[in-house]
Amino acid sequence: MATTLRPYLTAVRHTLTAALCLENFSSQVVERHNKPEVEVRTSKELLLTPVYISRNEKERVLIEGSVNALRISIAVKQADDLEKILCHKFMRFMMMRAENFFILRRKPIEGYDISFLVTNFHTEQMYKHKLVDFIINFMEEIDKEISDMKIAVNSRARFSAEEFLKRF
Amino acid sequence: MPETHQFGAIAIYTHSWNSNRSSLALSSSSNIVDLYKVSGANYQKVNVLSAHTQSVTGIDWAPKSNRIVTCSADRNAYVWTQLKDGSWKNTMVILRINRAATCVKWSPQEDKFAVGSGAKAVSVCYFDSSNDWWVSKHIKKPIRSTVTCLDWHPNNILLAAGSSDFKARVFSAYVKDVEEKPGQTIWGTKMPFGNLMAELSSGGGGWVHDVCFSGNGDCLAWVGHDSSLSVVNANSLSNIVTFKTSYLPFYSCVWVSLNRLVAAGYNCEPMLFEFNGKNIKLVKKYDTKEETGGDNVISKVTIHTGTKEQCKKFSTTGLDGMITVWDIDAK
Repeated sequence: MATTLRPYLTAVRHTLTAALCLENFSSQVVERHNKPEVEVRTSKELLLTPVYISRNEKERVLIEGSVNALRISIAVKQADDLEKILCHKFMRFMMMRAENFFILRRKPIEGYDISFLVTNFHTEQMYKHKLVDFIINFMEEIDKEISDMKIAVNSRARFSAEEFLKRF
Repeated sequence: MPETHQFGAIAIYTHSWNSNRSSLALSSSSNIVDLYKVSGANYQKVNVLSAHTQSVTGIDWAPKSNRIVTCSADRNAYVWTQLKDGSWKNTMVILRINRAATCVKWSPQEDKFAVGSGAKAVSVCYFDSSNDWWVSKHIKKPIRSTVTCLDWHPNNILLAAGSSDFKARVFSAYVKDVEEKPGQTIWGTKMPFGNLMAELSSGGGGWVHDVCFSGNGDCLAWVGHDSSLSVVNANSLSNIVTFKTSYLPFYSCVWVSLNRLVAAGYNCEPMLFEFNGKNIKLVKKYDTKEETGGDNVISKVTIHTGTKEQCKKFSTTGLDGMITVWDIDAK
């Protein structure tokens, strides 16, 4: 398992490092505005070709770059219905608190579980390599987190079923 | 050992020195320009220029006339002149643009300056004494995206502009109201205002981040987001020499002799390149991590001591809020 995880994360890391070359860029469409070009998509020449990195059918990452912002969307492994529910609840919990995570987007883009939006203002305030580390760390941890929760839910279910059946 | 100074936890967008390098103007991501008095490694804040309402994107300090021009994302530019008591007074510039101004540069004779903008135009400005303001003429065609960088030819007429439509262009900025008819150059003979003298592309698809004429004006260098460094000699415009590097893209470049130039950017370390007419080769890298402890994107490279023909020291500022003055011969 870990043998395919390593190259997958390495590929994501290198792509992020290359795509996180952002600059302050005011909108050339709306007066006195400064918007992430990857979100507004009004000038084709300011967008980079999106990069799609996939470990398998379920686990994949979409990295969309632009002149002043980068969007990374992650699809997390979900083997069964329980993992699907856990993943959905967990992501919802985080996205409701998106302002505490700075780069987290309030809504994932379609087909993905979670999206991050990094703008040039983030790279000016924070170290770029730490930002990349954060995203890679998140991807590493999320699988573990969900399988841990799954185990916790299952053992809890077993325990309560036992308690319930003791009555008969 | 390079000299460094840390201005705090701010990202510095650009900086400019006065003629004898005793003062420095710099802009962080705010709407204020800070002026520092510099003696050796000692930087003392003496003045602020606050007229802009959005982040200041360009500063240029004219060496001979001691005037500062600043431009900002609020679509305005101001020319600042120093009064007897040391304070600075601004003069309005009628830019006539409706998007952010991105870069500004005085012409070598300091009677004109050019402002690039997100309105896909370059405003060439000159002084209108009857109204006591600066008026502008626009170069629009054939720019198809934001103008990101500018540089003047030493003859005071030709202007290079790089743009996020992946091209570097050379225009004529001859304003017949203020100057004599120009003689011919190797870039071309006919020079009405706004005439496109050359349109250059490195072949890749990278936004042009910086352009620079060589000291004698024969060569033009530009750096793009495809991690390339390109140089063309006006004698053979079809023969563009492009050096594609394996580093992260360069953001700023400047000639330091007739055949050498320094480029720096997202890779965090300045590099010295040599152009021999046929190809470009890397001479050396200046090690930022070991020498200064700085480890962040470099937003601007300028000449500190010397000229484009013969530069002894250059300075870099970066998103880590640090200025570094490098000796060109440093290891």
